[in-house]
Parts: sequence; C-alpha cells; structure tokens
Amino acid sequence: MTTPLQPPPKKNPQKRTVSPTRPPEMRSRASLGLQAAAAEGRFALQVCAECQTVQYPPRDACQNCLSTDMPWTDVSPDGELLAETTIRTSTNLYFRERSPWRTGSVKLDAGPVIICHVHGDCAPRSRVTLWNLLDRAGQATLLAVPQERTPLMEDDPQLRQMTADPKHRRVLITDARHPGTPALVKALKDAGAAMIFVGEAETWRPYPGRAALEEMGVDLQPLDLTDTASVQKLAGEYGGKTDILINNARFMRPGGVLERGDTAFAKEEIEVNYLGLMRLAQAFGPGMCARASDGVNSAAAWVNVLSVEALSNAPAYGCFNASNAAAFALSQSLRAEFRGAGLRVMNVFTGPTEDAWYQPLPPPKVTHGALAKSIVDGLQRGLEDVYCGDVAKDLHERFRRDPKVLERERTMAGDMA
Amino acid sequence: MSALTQLATALSAGKIDVIDLTHTLDPDFPVIILPPEFGQCARFRMEEVSAYDHRGPAWKWHNISMSEHTGTHFDAPSHWISGRDVPLGSVDEIPPEKFVGPVCVIDCSAETAQDDDFLMTPDHIRAWEAEHGEIPKGAWVLMRTDWSKRKGAAYLNMKEDGPHSPGPAPDAIRHLIEERDIVGFGTECVGTDAGQGMHLSPPYPAHFILHGAGKYGLQCLTNLDKLPPTGAVLMAAPLKIKNGTGSPLRVLAMVET
Repeated sequence: MTTPLQPPPKKNPQKRTVSPTRPPEMRSRASLGLQAAAAEGRFALQVCAECQTVQYPPRDACQNCLSTDMPWTDVSPDGELLAETTIRTSTNLYFRERSPWRTGSVKLDAGPVIICHVHGDCAPRSRVTLWNLLDRAGQATLLAVPQERTPLMEDDPQLRQMTADPKHRRVLITDARHPGTPALVKALKDAGAAMIFVGEAETWRPYPGRAALEEMGVDLQPLDLTDTASVQKLAGEYGGKTDILINNARFMRPGGVLERGDTAFAKEEIEVNYLGLMRLAQAFGPGMCARASDGVNSAAAWVNVLSVEALSNAPAYGCFNASNAAAFALSQSLRAEFRGAGLRVMNVFTGPTEDAWYQPLPPPKVTHGALAKSIVDGLQRGLEDVYCGDVAKDLHERFRRDPKVLERERTMAGDMA
Repeated sequence: MSALTQLATALSAGKIDVIDLTHTLDPDFPVIILPPEFGQCARFRMEEVSAYDHRGPAWKWHNISMSEHTGTHFDAPSHWISGRDVPLGSVDEIPPEKFVGPVCVIDCSAETAQDDDFLMTPDHIRAWEAEHGEIPKGAWVLMRTDWSKRKGAAYLNMKEDGPHSPGPAPDAIRHLIEERDIVGFGTECVGTDAGQGMHLSPPYPAHFILHGAGKYGLQCLTNLDKLPPTGAVLMAAPLKIKNGTGSPLRVLAMVET
C-alpha cells in the first residue's frame, strides 16, 4: 500500500533549492503520437491498417507486414505484469535523485509486451492498467497501475512525478471576480490543496462572489492582470509559494468585428486574456521554474482556462475568441519555455459557461462546478490539454478531423454558433 | 508695481500658498463604472519602457495610458450630448483664460457626513451667499464634501442599486448657470453628478446642464478643505488633446496665507 504523502515541513532556509532535472527527452518522431495521446490522458498505440497488428514501441513500418499506414488508435490499456524490479541507482541525474524506481514489463491484452514504470501497489504477476502519462520532460511514459484503485494511490512517488496533483500544494487563482472561482476553490480544497491564494482586482468595486470566498477562508491578494506593477508585486511576495497557478482571468464581450465598430473591448480582451497571461508568465514563470523540483510542494503546473473557440472562431464571440486564440498560441511558446524546468502548462478548453456573458446561448453550457472538476482532474492526471463540456469535446473532435470543414460548419450563413 | 509683479513677489515671499487639488494618478484609483455592455473608462496604466538597463542604459521612462476621464480630470462641453454642438467645446479649443479664475468653495461636508446621497439645492447656495457674498460671474464653484478622504470601496460607494455619493440638484446647477454665469463646477466625487444622478431629471443634471451651457466640470478633486470659501484663484488647464472631451490634469489653487 502506498505510504501516505506527508505535508512537507517548512523549508530550511539554509539549504539550496534543488535544481530541476529532467528524465531523458530523446524520442523518435514516430513516437510523438504517444505524447499527443498522453497530453489528453488517452492510451493509444499505432495499429496497422493492413493487418491490425498493435505496435510497440512506435515505429515507421509495421513489424508484421511492413505497411506504413499505422494510425494512432485508442486501444485497451489492460494487461498483465510479467516481471518487475526496482532500480536503486542510475547514471541519469533525474532517476539518481529519485531512486529507488520500480520498473517492469507488461504483456498487453492488445498484444505487445511493454517495458514501463510500475506503481508501488502493483502485485507481481497481477492484472494492471497502463496509464499513458507525461513525465517532467513532457514526454509520454507508461506507468502500470493496479486495475482496482488502491487507497492513496495518487501518493505513489513515481506517479506524483508525472502529475501536478494539488494535494499539499499551494495554488494561486488569478481572478476572484470570475463567477467560477468559488467552485474552483472548493474543488481544490477537496483535492487537498495546502493554501489557496486568490488574486483580486479593483477592491474598490464590490462583486457578488467575495462573501463566498471569504467564507471559504482563501487568502485574497491584490492582483490586476492589466497592471504590470500589480502582477510584479504579487509575484515578488508570493511567487516563491506558488506551486500551481490557475489563470482564470477573463474579459469578454459578445460580438464579432462589424458588430462592435470599435476596438475598445478588444483592447481590454487583449489586455486581460493575452497580455495578462504574458505579464503573469514574466513575473511568476522564472520563480516557478526554479522550484520545479522543490520536494513535495514543488512548483508543478501552470493552468490556462481558454475558450474552446480559440481553436476555430465564429462571429458571435469573434473578438473574444480571437484574444483566446492569441493566448493559446502564447501558451504553446510558454509550454516550450517551461519544459526545460519540467513545469507543465495545462490548457483547459471550455465550451460556453453558465454565466452572464454566455446567457443568450442555448444549453448545453458548462457549470462552474464542472469546469472546476475538469481543472482538478487534469492536474491530478498531469494532462496538458483538457476539453471541458460537450461543446468543447465536440468542437475539438471536429477540429481534429478537419479544421477547414469545421470553420465552414461554424460560419454558415445564419449560423453563428 | 504691476499686479503680476505683486503676485510674483507675494508668491516668493510665501504670502501665497499653492494648494494641490489633484489625486495621484494611481492604477488602483476608482473610475466611473457604467453598465458592462457600455464602453468603460480606462484605468490609469503605466508600462516601463526602460529603467537604466539594456532597454535604454542611461534613462528611465514609461508609456502611460488612461481615459480622458481618469483620475482628477476636466470635463469639456463636448463630453455630453447636450454640449456636442457648443462652440469651442473640446479641450483644445477652450480659450485658455477660462482655465484660471476665482473660485468659490461651498462647504457641504456636514450635510454629506449625514447623507451619502446629499443633493446641494439652490437654498444651500443662497445660504452660502448670505455669509460669503454673491458668487461672481466667471467663477469656478467647487462643492466641498470631504468625499476625497474616503478610501477603497467607500469612494464609489457602489451598492446593488448603483453608487451613492453627493452632488448638485438640477435646480442648483441651473441657478449657478442662469443666475450666476459660473465658468465651471467641481466636486470631490468621481463625477460632477451625484452617484444616483441617473435617477434625477434630467438624468445626470450636472453633466447635461453644465455642458449644454458650455460650462466645464472638474471631478476627483481633493484638498478642498484647505481652500477658503472665497478669495482663492483656481488653475485648471487640461491637456491640449485634439477634439478631446476632457483630460486628466493638475488642479492648483493659490491661497493667501
């Protein structure tokens, strides 16, 4: 059984903070499909279109018939643990610092035998499930876990390396005024977050959610993403305690280009949704990167909440979506910039949420509770891309199939949805 | 000795104090809040361009941005629909002599302390005149409420039904314009109108009546408690913004010690 993870003691100020190290990063181009699936928490392998052989490790031609047509396909992750061992030393710095490390081989029901990491709760020769997880280098790795959940299995040190679990971590939520913030605070508390700081802009202006946040005992701190000095000040004071940053700040107004007739709201959207992210990253990013290996409450993840329409725009919220597309593009740069430290960028793409600015849209809409659940679930599973709600999932699926077809579908005359 | 020489001598001899009636332009200073589907007043923002570093080794400077109506600011006639056709109605067109003049300060701080929604009426003005003399033609009239001493949320005093802060009643503004021909009217609150001014008739009477008559507004003033009821000289020159409807500015008053 997993040893319960203890809350970390206060940091010894005389000890040097451990520099982030990373597991080996080199992979073949063919293997990146595994990474793409891991980013979404799926288990996929190449399956030969000619002879249906399931392939592992990833390759350029089928091991059975030499066909090169092997689309990545979700397959059963179940199998049997054949052999397991514990590595007690390694020449690789990352594993050396984290030994002992359990590893083994699993015979998948789908065919291949796979060498993988092994969760501490897996019994020898037992049935296991393979989780396709991103490691600290952002590469896909496979971890065998018991088929039945075990108590505190998320505390397993190897699994925790792959995830950004909020348990015992300190979280900064950037926008107290977002109507979904109370639900997010609750979900993080339920997930065991040690402290929750919430940024609050313009304290001279009341807002309805404040009482709920005060009741929940969060630490409200002045933070206005449109004000560089304010972002720098909070980072100066709390950047070293920010293990997970959730940027839920949002400025939105409906309308496309012609409906608006000016750039005033668009400027605010860019200021908050795009430049706000950049200001936060410039202020908090370096400190978080430096603490990415800082023990139980290391800096672990950077979360952006984005409209799924960042993937494919339509006029009803055309200008707002454009600012989200800019933020999405920035997040890709940020992800690459953070990767060296092992700090994860997780984008949560949501469909229309249940609040005032999406009020004229018909259901289904994403409730604040559902969005909060998606964020926490994504952190616990160490995901990079989360699609929350039926609209987001559907739009993503259509985007994956054909972005151009999707664009046309979404912009048919009279159909602004 | 000419009047100006006398003034300069008195200034250098410390016989005249220069009082600053201006709030610091601060990113966190409240601005007027309108229903969210309307365009909003931009807050004051300052972005560092360089600070004696690789972006500019020997100099420090900032880019700043804000609304014409952010912080302590001036309202020109063209700010309001009633004043849109007033000649010389934008800040760049206003004759500069309008920016300097005598100032009367009507102290409503006691009334405001009792009532956040206090409205100054013609009777208050007449009572003030009975004590301090008639408001001269071409004067600035400032309504002192000590509202500038409020901090944070107490300043806008925003409730479910909107902001609550003092201002002039419609008749008071009409009286100041029609009977006294003032040059402008100023307050310590975020606007020249009371917080609930949208529910008066006409809505936002100070804005509507003042600017319709080609008069000017000043708001977010401070230190009005340091001015005498009469005898001070106000200097309030907005930035010369082409077609500008207003401008943040430094408002100063000269007061004899």
